Amino acid sequence: MTGAILEFDRPIVELEEKIKELRQFAREKEINLDAEIANLEKRVQALKENIYQNLAPWQKVLVARHPERPNMLDYINRLCTDFVQLHGDRLYGDDPALAGGIARFDGRPVTVLGQIKGRDTRENLARNFGMAHPEGYRMAMRLMRQAEKFHRPVLAFIDTPGAYPGMGAEERGISNAIAECIQTMLMLEVPVLSVIIGEGGSGGALALASGDCILIQEHAVFSVISPEAYASILWKDSSRAREAAGVMKITAADLEALHLVDEVIPEPLGGAHHDPDGAAERIREVLSRRLPELAARPVGQLLAARGEKFRRIGDPRIYLTGNDIT
Amino acid sequence: MLELFKKQKYVTVASDAGRREMPDGLWIKCPRCSEIRFARELEKTLKVCQKCGHHFRLTAGERIQFTLDEGTFTAYDADLEPVNPFHSTEYAQKLAAARQASGLAEAVVGGEGAIDGQRVVVVIMDAQFMMASMGTVAGEKITRAIERAAEKELPLIIFTASGGARMQEGVLSLMQMTKTVSALCRHSRRGLLYVTVLTDPTTGGVSASFAALGDIILAEPDALIGFAGPRVIEQTIRQKLPEGFQRAEFLRQHGFVDLVTPRPQLKAVLSRLLDLHRREQS
Repeated sequence: MTGAILEFDRPIVELEEKIKELRQFAREKEINLDAEIANLEKRVQALKENIYQNLAPWQKVLVARHPERPNMLDYINRLCTDFVQLHGDRLYGDDPALAGGIARFDGRPVTVLGQIKGRDTRENLARNFGMAHPEGYRMAMRLMRQAEKFHRPVLAFIDTPGAYPGMGAEERGISNAIAECIQTMLMLEVPVLSVIIGEGGSGGALALASGDCILIQEHAVFSVISPEAYASILWKDSSRAREAAGVMKITAADLEALHLVDEVIPEPLGGAHHDPDGAAERIREVLSRRLPELAARPVGQLLAARGEKFRRIGDPRIYLTGNDIT
Repeated sequence: MLELFKKQKYVTVASDAGRREMPDGLWIKCPRCSEIRFARELEKTLKVCQKCGHHFRLTAGERIQFTLDEGTFTAYDADLEPVNPFHSTEYAQKLAAARQASGLAEAVVGGEGAIDGQRVVVVIMDAQFMMASMGTVAGEKITRAIERAAEKELPLIIFTASGGARMQEGVLSLMQMTKTVSALCRHSRRGLLYVTVLTDPTTGGVSASFAALGDIILAEPDALIGFAGPRVIEQTIRQKLPEGFQRAEFLRQHGFVDLVTPRPQLKAVLSRLLDLHRREQS
């Protein structure tokens, strides 16, 4: 690992460095340190378990925002073959914050979509920190309609702090773009699977989460607004973000308990940024199970189930009785 | 989001020593031109300032009174109370205060009535209730009204107003966007008319869901309409927004609103639209 290291990741990273050094030392001096190394590896494992199984909500936010967390393109490269990236909304421009294209998953052509954050400041500036303008959502709509025409499922990967709150976005109708994106996805006559892989922020994230199932990685978050903004608006104190993250119910486990997501996808120990291959493999397992099942459904059934799913979400009766609706 | 819409720039510090004995609510001062009017007189002009044309925000009750034929309105789900899914004391207090201030159980009033004898389902969002933020039950009431309109094969008019999502209900409030849009898809598939009237302020999740999806979109003059609040944008771009940015007229110029309709003409425009979409003639 290079770049930013999270505070609670530091002991893990330090031990891993030590193991690396010991290995090199053993090799150079031709002495056997296997027992010591095995011992240290056991300690790393225990540390990871201890830290990552007990992450507080705010720590999850930090993991979800980690600059080295795999992004949509990292996953496409690992999950798919034959990826062809497509560009532009055919109306105004191309949005570097939201990527899309066609690829093959499990041998089947699929349309892929997703917001992309940068790894460093330069890339983040180019990608507008993963905050899309109306063009991004309109391109998503264009590619979804294209997917429908060619009967291929849509895989949407969500990772954004939110849609961009700027003048151009408002002038070109960001509200309209998000609303129509939601509508297009709801009515699309092919299966749509959404995976929240990092930060699922507000309406800008929701725009890509109106399909047949919403999946979320173990350490990803999904929230109505960032914890910083929540604390700033409700408590007039953005420094209370840590506390806000705790009350907002934004972790994968919280969302599952609220019936807002269909499945939590486990991450390798230590989080996706410690093992992108392992993280991709776990996503593959879930998509490979769910996609054929959805693709086999008649269109009418697919759309009816999708409608019912969102009708049930946030039905106050759940929260009044504390039980699921019968 | 609430404080975004406090019209700080309009507040004038009045030296009103002489007026202090005026009974509350009898006189209303225009926040734009400072003209003071007798409340009952202002009501006669549908709460539009006769001097400067400022459209005062309406309560749900006033909207019904100004739009529907007298005595035709029947409310749906009037007794549906908001939920407090995360059992927050702060939120419970806010809800209680909002209930007291507005006399409503939630920010949304839905029901059925008639405009010049034409039956219609209406939804009204009342900014007095927590700036009409979109909570689980607000979304549920809107969804149920849309569903009833679809079942009864009636046109639908939604008067939108909102400061955004009801943050105290977390992602549950966000999901109301999808829930309401999903219900609208079913209404639309039946070939039924859906008109939105955007009123001050229509922002956040409401602006980016059902408010943007009317077959026909009207707006009241000078209404603030946008996804991000003006202050959030100013903080992001570190500059002041130009005069008129995100106002109804601005949206019409940019192609996102069909008509900016002054309130005195609104009922007539709605009536004509309903008439043009009467089903027996097509």
